[in-house]
Order: sequence, then structure tokens, then C-alpha cells
Amino acid sequence: MPSSQQSRFDPSEEIISPAIGLKGWLRWIWRQLTSMRTALILLLLLAAAAVPGSVFPQRSADPNGVTAYFKANPVLAPALDAIQLFDVYTSAWFSAIYILLFASLIGCVVPRTAAHARALRLPPVETPRNLKRMPAYLAVEWSGKKSPDALLGKAQKLLKKQGYRTLLAGDSATGSVSAERGYLRETGNLVFHLSLIGVLIAVGVGGGLSYSGQRVLVEGESFVNNLAGYDSFSPGTFFKEDQLVPYSVRLDKFEVDFYRDETLKNKANTGTPTDFRAFVSTTLGATGEQAKAKIRVNEPLAMPNGNIYLTGNGYAPSITIRDAAGQVVYSGSTPYLPQDANYTSLGVIKVTDVPKQYGIISFFYPTVGTLESGALTSLYPDPALPMLSMNVYEGDLGINGGEPKNVFALDIKNMKQVAGGKSGVKGLRLQLGETVKLPNDLGTVTFDGLKRFSSLDVSHNPGGIWVLIFALLALAGVTTSLLVPRRRVWVRRTETGFELAALARGDDPVLEKVVADLAAELAPNKKGSKKVAKTAASPKQKVADE
Amino acid sequence: MNSITLNADLAAVSRLVVEGAMLVYTFAFLAFALHLSQLASTKKSVRAGASRLERVGIAMLILAATIHGVGMVLRGISASRVPWANMYEFSITGSFIVVFIFLLALTIKDIRLIATFVAGFNLLILGVADTVFYVEVKSLMPALQSYWLVIHVLVAVLATSFFNIAAALSIAYLFKTANWVKSSKAKLVGTLRRVLALFPKEEKLERMAYRFNIIGFILWTFTLIAGAIWAERAWHRYWGWDTKEVWTFIIWTIYAGYLHANATRGWGGKRSAWLGVIGFVAILFNFTIVNLFFKGLHVYSGLK
Ligand code: HEM
Repeated sequence: MPSSQQSRFDPSEEIISPAIGLKGWLRWIWRQLTSMRTALILLLLLAAAAVPGSVFPQRSADPNGVTAYFKANPVLAPALDAIQLFDVYTSAWFSAIYILLFASLIGCVVPRTAAHARALRLPPVETPRNLKRMPAYLAVEWSGKKSPDALLGKAQKLLKKQGYRTLLAGDSATGSVSAERGYLRETGNLVFHLSLIGVLIAVGVGGGLSYSGQRVLVEGESFVNNLAGYDSFSPGTFFKEDQLVPYSVRLDKFEVDFYRDETLKNKANTGTPTDFRAFVSTTLGATGEQAKAKIRVNEPLAMPNGNIYLTGNGYAPSITIRDAAGQVVYSGSTPYLPQDANYTSLGVIKVTDVPKQYGIISFFYPTVGTLESGALTSLYPDPALPMLSMNVYEGDLGINGGEPKNVFALDIKNMKQVAGGKSGVKGLRLQLGETVKLPNDLGTVTFDGLKRFSSLDVSHNPGGIWVLIFALLALAGVTTSLLVPRRRVWVRRTETGFELAALARGDDPVLEKVVADLAAELAPNKKGSKKVAKTAASPKQKVADE
Repeated sequence: MNSITLNADLAAVSRLVVEGAMLVYTFAFLAFALHLSQLASTKKSVRAGASRLERVGIAMLILAATIHGVGMVLRGISASRVPWANMYEFSITGSFIVVFIFLLALTIKDIRLIATFVAGFNLLILGVADTVFYVEVKSLMPALQSYWLVIHVLVAVLATSFFNIAAALSIAYLFKTANWVKSSKAKLVGTLRRVLALFPKEEKLERMAYRFNIIGFILWTFTLIAGAIWAERAWHRYWGWDTKEVWTFIIWTIYAGYLHANATRGWGGKRSAWLGVIGFVAILFNFTIVNLFFKGLHVYSGLK
């Protein structure tokens, strides 16, 4: 027990002692670290240290939020970054706290496990001399008759039946029974604390072996499960490429349901999505085995070494651009990023196969409507009245420098607007099937069709199952530890009768009742016995007092 | 596949019923408050009549809880799902569970004296729910369409209710042991002192708070694990330090600290009672401020 170690240990003594030396100091530090109070303070520190991570955007959970924060607070942000406030949960100070806490935990639990293993093999401790000091105490006197000789034997039998471990000591005249139950409480406590170590290790190792890759697929497109197949990929520290089992996935169709209320009584809910479904075909590389499957939110598709999750969706308008001579210079279904609940979506088209490069920033409105200001907006997320609007920019697209560019953004720093905005030329607007002319003799653009895309995420964390196993063990352990009472009960014969007492470890709501019930069984009232109960002290004992 | 039907009319009825429950809670609260002040009276004749008031209060509380329960069930029927998918619904369900557990506990333990707190707290929660959190019935967003919504959230609400009652006991304990209450000569504090004298003994309050807290802690541990399992299904990772995950962790850690404090010399009594109260404040913070103002994946207040 760490706390009893602590109470046995008197620091002042060691400090005065001249021979303390390095070893003494190390021992002192270790004992401080593994004390109950240190554990408590570290726990509270950990709770406090976790708070800033919910106040400031975190790189791991919300990288865009961090970028935005830097833009909004250019002076403050670098200072906050210097003390790792955007990476709280991997920061040096957060790590220091939990590493110390777990060092303390190990230092505390290992000796306790050994002590408990020993205690499990030992009989209960002998009956203390003064039972009156115990939190629950009862003395029973026999009026007239001598107490029966079989009393202690009977007490032992009763207690054994209730799951106590018992020890009979002394002769039948002055002897006593000492009993103890609830070893499971300490076992549960140890299982709980040891499982926490298991959770930590599983999180660490699992995180290192994990990976997750993202890929946007338009209906009809497919991707192959290798590094080149992903739009973005985040590997754990120990990730090896051969963890990616070869297979391909094709998005056949993507469906969305939006809530519609014909009675229009519940306007607030109209247009809320109620279901997303991605229909895919998969082909395993090794066997060529093909399968069809449906992926929904909350229902990922299990593939070898990873699940495929549905994480996003949107529209991908099919657009064809021809130059002035009628030659096709751009053709395809481009994913547009949804900007609001009604799927007003933003897309970028970069036309590079022409002498003079240009780019288009485009909005898509599934059901177009006009605001009072004259600006376009989308009124409903399903494509009832689809419309594309486009602004055109001429100039350097900045894609020749070799560095990868965000497909959803157009850097207009070195470009000139030639349609839309203040360019003097009206922006383009196209309904489904329409073809309109681009400015400056650039040719024509056609809105051919409409597809949907979905963002898929392939994730694998082999540690997950171990984290779960240890977490469930911890839950079982802590439940046992908190709910199984651990108590000692003693019965001793006295000159005129017998006395009983009980002591609990931790909280025990029924301690007094246990003593009273046992007394009643041993000396039913009809025999004319008289009980003398002592007002019980608090049955809740501090560990350190034991 | 638009199989979800929402019944806006029934939802309106449910709201009215809940408002009716608030009215009855008000009567219950007044009865309990009056009862306490009568008990604390210096006149014997006033004290003698007090127990009738308490019986009236308990009857009112049972009536309020029944109406409240009906309102909650109607809300669920109107949305054809469990009534705990946004803040309004958590509030009405959570406060119902608080009063339900309280009434259940009454049959085992005499904790009548915190009835004032329970009635007042429910009145407050329902008031805020009705005026600030109210939203029309909505269909569930796909991420919430999971049986984990039933398990994870229900257990979280249960845990919160246990922590809530424990916090009430701890607050009573802290008042009872506070030096300023013991020594102040102000008349108001004198009345408070007499009211507090009616409460169970200090150790008893402390022990009862501990018992509610350990049940709360076991349920909260389960909530945390169930949340992680659900996150693995819905968000492709079991833990990502999302704001709500952070606060679930913080609350868990505070209560682990509370349990340790109860076993650490020099940390029992007031300090651990404070930790229990701080834990509950963190829960309230998580439910209000974090839901409404912090950014994260758990955006389900249903409010714009
Ligand atoms: C990750 C850090 C820790 C957490 C989350 C934690 C959590 C808990 C919880 C929830 C309990 C109450 C349930 C039970 O008794 O099983 C508990 C009890 C206990 N812990 Fe820890 N603990 C941690 C670290 C430590 C350390 C470092 C020590 C040793 C110094 C320690 C010693 C104890 C002891 C002795 C008890 C039993 C208290 C009693 O009998 O009531 N724990 N801990």
C-alpha cells in the first residue's frame, strides 16, 4: 500500500541523517512520486492541462481552424504556438504530466500487486485485542445461562457461508473467530489500474501502426489502395507501405435522402439529410474476387487491413470546355465543395492545355434562388433547378512550379479577372445542358450533366481492439472495486457472552447491519440475551489509517 | 427512403405538457421551501405543522414528475425516436431522470431534505430548455442514427443525474461545515444554520454523496468507452480529442481525483466535497458552454 509506505516513512528523519546520499534522495523522490497525494495532484493537473485543447483549435483535430487562427491573430498565434497550445495533447508539458502519472501508477501498483498476491494466500489477521475501537461493535450478554461452547464454531460456519475467509484462534472459552471478505475489491482495483497501463500502451503502439488515407471519388471513378491512390495520407510512426493490401474500389452510385415535408408544417427540418449511401464495387488484388457493398455513416465497409468510411459528399458537375476552334480543352466531372446546408458549392477549374492558361472559380446551386441583394443562393439541397455560375481569371495558375496545389483553391494573386466581379464582363451562368461563350474569345463552356462525389476514408488502427479490451477490463475492475465491500469481522467469547466487531475498507453502507445480523443469528433474542451496542464511529476508513 | 415521420402538432402538445409540469414543480418547490423555513422556525407551533407541507411537496413532486414523463414520451413519439437528440431533449429527459432517481432513492434512503434542490433544479433546467434550447422536432442527422445514441447518451444522462444528486449533497455538506456559517451573527445565516441543522449529520452527507458519485463514475466510465466505440464507427477513429471528448475526459479525470481524495489522508471532507462540486460544474459547463460555443464534431444543440 503506497499510503502506508508513506505513513511509515518520515522524511525529516532522512533529511537530518548525514548518510542520506544519492541513493537516499532517489528513494525519497520515488516515494514522493508514488504517494497517493502525488497521484491525486497529477490527476487534477492532467484535467487542467487538457482544458486549453478545447479552447484553441488543435492541429490534429482541426488544422483549418489553426490556419484561420493564425490569419486572425498574426501576433498572438506564434507565441501560443511556441508553448504548443495548438498541439496540446502531444505537447511536452501534457506528456510530462501523464508520463509522471503513469510512472507513479506503476510504482504504486506493482508493489501492491505483490502484496495482494501474498495476502490472498494468508489467513485473515488475528483478532485485535480491543474490539471496542472498531467502527461497528456489539457486545452480547447471556442472562443466566452460560454461552454455548459451540458458539465460535457456529460463527465460523455462518461467516464461511457468507464468503468470508476465517480463522479460529484460542480455546472455546476465550477464543475468537477472525474473518475477512472482499479480496475481490483489491483485485478489482489492481485490475483497473493495470488495465490503464494496458490502455496507454495499446494507444501508443496502435497509433504507431495506424494509418488513414482520404480519397474523393466521383460516381463512376475508382481508386487503388496504394499510397499513390490517396489524395492525402497520414501514416503512424511505424507504418510500412506493405500494410496496404492491394484492392480497388469503384464508386458506382451515391444517394442522399433529404427530409421533405409536403405539409410544410415543419420548415426548420426541410432539407436536413436523413441518409447517405455510397454503393461501391470492390476488387481484391490477390484473387480478383469482386463484391458489391453499401457504405453508410456509422456503417463502414470492412476491407483487409482497414475499414472504408464515408466522410463527406457533394456534387460534381460535368463540364466541357472547348476553345474557339471547337477543340475540347477540358472535360470532366469536378467535385465542388459544399459551403452550406443547401449545398451551395464551390469548385475550381484550371484550364492548362491552352496557349494562355486560365482558371475558373465557380459556384453550383442545386436549386437556385435569388436573394434580395441579387446574389444567387441555393434553396434546397436536391438538384431541382441546378445552376452554375462562373468567374474567369487569366494569367499564371502557379502550377508549373512543381509543388502540389490545392484542387479546391485558385491563387488569383498573379491573375486578372476577365469575367464576373469588377471586370466589366458579367459572370457566366449556365443551367443544366446549356452552353455559353467564355470572354476574350476563350471558347465555350457546357454544363453537360451532374454527378455526386463522396469522400472516403480508409483507416486502420490495429491497437483499437486492445484499447477496447483493456478499457472494458478497467470498467469491470473499477466496478468491482467500488461495489464489492471488503470487511473484517471478529467474534470473541467473553466471560458473560460474546462480542462482535467489524471494520471496512472503504465505504460500506451495511457494516453495522452485518454485525447486528450476525449477533441475531448467534443469539436469537428469545434466549434472553442483552445487546450492548456502541455508537459506531464513521465506518468509512481512510486507506492511510489502516 | 424517407421513412421518418415527424409530428409537429404532437410536439407542440408535448411542449405544453412539459410547461404544465413546470407549473407543478413550482408548487412543489414552494412547498418544500416553506417547509424548510417552518422547520427552522423558533416557534414550536409553526414547526409542528411543517410535516404536512412536506407531504404536500412530495405529492406535488410525484405529480410533476409524472406530467414531465408524459411530456418526454410524447416528444419521443412526435419525433419517432428516443427523446434525447438535441439540447432541448437532453434537458427534458435528463431532468426527468434526476427526479425519477431521486424519488426512487427516497424509498430506500431518507433524503427528503434535498427535495427543495431537486425541484428547484428541475424547474431551472426546464425553464432554460423551454426558453433558450427549444427547437422543433427534427429528423436525426445520419451520424446520430445509431443504436449508440440510445446507449451512450442514455448512460451519460444517467451518470449526470447521479452526479447531480451527489453534488447537491456535497453542497449541503460544504455549507454545514463552512466556518462562516458556523460563526456568522447575521440573521439570515442564522436561519440557514437552523435549516442546515435539520440535514443529516456531516459524515452522513459525505458518505451519501460518495455513494451517488461512485455510481456516477462507473456510468461515466461506460459513457466514455461507448462514445469511443461509436466514434470509431462514425468518425473513423475512436479518439480524436474533439472538444466534447476532451471534456468527457476532463470530467472523468476530476472524478477519479475525487475518488482518490476520499482515500488520501488530508484530502477527505471539504476538499473532496469541493472536487465533487467542481466535477459537476465541469459537467454543466460541458453541457452548456461547450455545446453552444465551442467548435467540434458534436454539434447537436440543434440551435443556430
Ligand atoms: C492514471 C492514473 C490513475 C487513475 C485514472 C486512477 C483512478 C482511480 C479510481 C477511479 C479509483 C477508485 C476506484 C477503485 O478503487 O478502483 C482509484 C483508487 C485507488 N487508486 Fe488510483 N488512479 C490512478 C493512479 C493511481 C496511482 C498513481 C496510485 C498510487 C499512488 C493510485 C492508487 C489508488 C488506490 C490506493 C486506490 C484505492 C482507494 C480506495 O481504496 O478507495 N492510483 N484510482
